[in-house]
Amino acid sequence: MSQIEEVSLEQFKHLVSERALTGETMLLNMGPQHPSTHGVLRLLLELDGEIVVNCIPDIGFLHTGIEKNMEAKTYQKAEVMTDRLDYMNTMGNNLAYVMAVEKLIDVDVPPRAQALRVILVELQRIASHLVWLGTSGLDLAAMSMFLYCFREREQILDIFELVSGQRMMTTYIRPGGVWRDVPVEFEKAVRDFIKIFPKRIDEYETLLTKNPLFIDRMVDIGYLTKETALSYGVTGPSLRASGVDWDLRKARPYMGYEQYDFNVPTRTEGDTYARYLVRVQELRESLKIVEQALNKLPMGPVRSDNRKFVPPPRSEIGVSMESLIHHFKLWTEGFPAPKASVYSAVESPRGELGVFLEGDGGPKPLRVHMRTPSFDNLGVLSQIVKGYLVADLVAILASIDIVLGDIDR
Amino acid sequence: MDKKLEPIVKALQSKFGATFEEFRDEVHLFVKPEQIVDALTLLRDEHNFELLSALTTVDYHPQSTPRFHVIYQLTSLAKNLSVQLRVPVNGDSPKVPTVTRVYAMANWRERELIDMFGIEVEGHPDPRRILMPEGTEGHPLRKDFPLGYEEPQFTFNFDEIDLRKPYAKE
Repeated sequence: MSQIEEVSLEQFKHLVSERALTGETMLLNMGPQHPSTHGVLRLLLELDGEIVVNCIPDIGFLHTGIEKNMEAKTYQKAEVMTDRLDYMNTMGNNLAYVMAVEKLIDVDVPPRAQALRVILVELQRIASHLVWLGTSGLDLAAMSMFLYCFREREQILDIFELVSGQRMMTTYIRPGGVWRDVPVEFEKAVRDFIKIFPKRIDEYETLLTKNPLFIDRMVDIGYLTKETALSYGVTGPSLRASGVDWDLRKARPYMGYEQYDFNVPTRTEGDTYARYLVRVQELRESLKIVEQALNKLPMGPVRSDNRKFVPPPRSEIGVSMESLIHHFKLWTEGFPAPKASVYSAVESPRGELGVFLEGDGGPKPLRVHMRTPSFDNLGVLSQIVKGYLVADLVAILASIDIVLGDIDR
Repeated sequence: MDKKLEPIVKALQSKFGATFEEFRDEVHLFVKPEQIVDALTLLRDEHNFELLSALTTVDYHPQSTPRFHVIYQLTSLAKNLSVQLRVPVNGDSPKVPTVTRVYAMANWRERELIDMFGIEVEGHPDPRRILMPEGTEGHPLRKDFPLGYEEPQFTFNFDEIDLRKPYAKE
């Protein structure tokens, strides 16, 4: 890449207004190294003074070919790539991919593994929303929010380290169950978190929700109507803040979500402040699910005993010849999956995280496509920032909660 | 198949002659490239499929007729249903019409098809590459595009490999 390619206005002629061609409005680059773009996102802005006329997002700076790489690995080994997708939601990505694999090969998951998955995915949702709350506070100069949010997030990452040995790249949820049972300290660690966290959410809300400076920056900007949101494929909290009650955990329960009692917060305003309120409310709802799941966490195995697809436990390998053979076959060759395709979706902190998986009869997938929610949520940005100030753009971008690893894949 | 899906499948079969497949309760309907805009419009306006969840492609290389299946995964929020439309496309000049006017979400996902699979999208409002840089040769997600790797450098061949690296060619 030694050459520098020159970009002319001709290439963007169809995306900017006519006034840009005469030089009446200004074209300005925001990013890719701008602190408020939450990663490496470049926005080409057409500005009339300080007002945004057009916004052209430019993505792909973090493209690492995850989908291509997954095609070259066996089903189990491809799972580690999913951690690198949306690095704020690693457990959720694992779950989405693993659910697609389980649907393709038709393997059941024992109840204890299902409950553990729910606990960990909901903790991950809290952690992800905390990063969003902290960074969007930081964008609006509420510096202390960032420090408080990361304090609680650290506690969740410690729980992940306890169960999987890793803070972020967990790969803990595996096809057929989870990697191994949680250690005895797990319950106390989660109970400690459940005990302190409601008070911490109250603290966040004291700092922000009624804060006049915060309200001035958040209310009445970035309106997203229901129709636009649906047409652009916006899902998750951003869709629910526009008055659509759609949550895959309620609509199509998976992993036993139907047993838990929780609400799906919705707002009808559709502005930046509504998206903030929905996410803060989701923190409380997720905590409710974690508590219920922990209270009725059943005993029993954490992995399916279908040895054709799921590796046997370590303790069996020393005493059983069949287990050794299964272990060896599964980790070298992998398991064959049928020549068919499945689409399976979960509710990630950002919206519908879908996995399209097609097998070709062999041990490696023919095609893996991740329908990542940030990609489609960012697509609507150019529509909802028109006519607002550049300073508002920062708040609007923060409110749709993008993760660039999720967009660029 | 879900009982509520039956009339929708029947409507598409009678109107477009769509064939259908089923796997693990998922319904896949096959339509021709020129019918896709009408089929999606029908599903959105008359059967409440408000959301286009995913738009992607599978490459069946070396098979060439059809080489690609373009996949439209639709969700109905009102009826809580899903249906998948598949459009087989030949390998010699892969081409599908744009569905941006039906679902605005298709804009970026179709740019991804152009970029990653080299499928021409007729009538697309903004047919630039989306993830790869402008000027990239080839389409990375095609099966005949090599995965690629970096040669490992050791002490004895460090300089030799260094000369072959792109940054050394200034």
